[in-house]
Amino acid sequence: MKLRILFAAAMIGAAGAAPAAAEPQEVRQETMKKVGGATGAMAKMVKGEADFDADAVMAALTTMSEAADGFGDLFPEGSETGFKTEAAPAIWSDRAGFEAAIMQFKSDVDAGIAAAPADLDGLKAVFGPITKNCGACHEDYRQKNS
Amino acid sequence: MKRAAIGLGVIVLAGAGAAYALTAPQPVDAARLSAIAALDGNAAAGETVSWAGGCASCHAAPGSEGEARLTLSGGVRLESDFGAFVGPNISPHPEAGIGGWDVRDFANAMLAGVSPGGSHYYPAFPYGSYTRMSDQDIADLFAFLNTLPESEVASLPHEIGFPFNIRRSLGGWKLMFFTDEPRVALSDPDEQLARGQYLVEGPGHCGECHTPRNAIGGFVGGQWLAGAQNPDGDGVIPNITPDSSSMGDWSASDIAYYLESGFTPDFDSVGGSMVDVQKNMAELTASDREAIAAYLKAVPGRPNGWE
Repeated sequence: MKLRILFAAAMIGAAGAAPAAAEPQEVRQETMKKVGGATGAMAKMVKGEADFDADAVMAALTTMSEAADGFGDLFPEGSETGFKTEAAPAIWSDRAGFEAAIMQFKSDVDAGIAAAPADLDGLKAVFGPITKNCGACHEDYRQKNS
Repeated sequence: MKRAAIGLGVIVLAGAGAAYALTAPQPVDAARLSAIAALDGNAAAGETVSWAGGCASCHAAPGSEGEARLTLSGGVRLESDFGAFVGPNISPHPEAGIGGWDVRDFANAMLAGVSPGGSHYYPAFPYGSYTRMSDQDIADLFAFLNTLPESEVASLPHEIGFPFNIRRSLGGWKLMFFTDEPRVALSDPDEQLARGQYLVEGPGHCGECHTPRNAIGGFVGGQWLAGAQNPDGDGVIPNITPDSSSMGDWSASDIAYYLESGFTPDFDSVGGSMVDVQKNMAELTASDREAIAAYLKAVPGRPNGWE
């Protein structure tokens, strides 16, 4: 019990020490890392490296859905470069296409939440369509710079 | 004086003659063409070769999806420092495509970069890699391409500036850079590693984007797979040798999983022009993806100085 409180206090302390107003480049990178973590949690089940866990799947899908909310707003004018961003110029030259790609992701994720996968086959049925969005969006809207 | 001038003229003419002879398109030798023509092309096996070679990435209509990827009508533009190359129609249409070709014409294109009319192809068509392909794979791929739908869409001309628009000049490029030698020497490779070397250096043509080029489009020496400026736009193509800062610490199974799923070990995803390549790689057998991974772990590490 004592340990748990200490741990919680340490976490709060760490959060408090984090910079208050991060740059949009950093915020969107963090957001993408959360999506990657959620993807990984489900991919390990799909690969058979982890047991199917319905609650963990719903948590992962919720993380993705929240990440998609307002994601496009994290790419304001002036954030095209810096902080090791891999955002491609197409985000700003083709804003409508970029927003549509985010909406497609959001709608596939929300369909997954509505389906509430109850077993591994149910997860596989939603995991494929959702993760097709990763490459589809990164094909045009991300570029490696270094 | 007059004699000297004549002598000089003779030397210049001889030089021009030699250059002309040296830059002549050299088709595949007759014995190999006959051997290929004698093979039974297996279209089903050829489909796998087409995924390994990524034909549809440049020869399907731009933006096409699903079944439409099998109509190789051409039209994809590759922007480069030399201008724009436009993938031609290679569907089996007799006039618009390659329906009028026989397997010898196809072998000359793939293995020697020479057209049926006897001129050089631009190496944007990666015959510099395809030249390592086996006779059977050439025959199988040709059989497969002949099963695909015909398209009557006319091929568009490349948009290349002087002097690179002189096709004969490509004979000079071939003299300097065109070779069917292995890109790396592997000591005593086992069957899997040899297969990986074949796929990467041959049909997969990975080095065409992942190896840096000099100002006239030849590979920079000692930088095989070390990463490069994107030849077709902004950004960079990563180093994929064991010294890569992005994937040098991936295991062979990480690499194979990436090629299958598009996911990195951190569950970041494939991006840029590799998205299309990864979809092609996903169509290979698991053992072929594992062979590619084994090869990428076995090649010499090459730091590139910028990654």
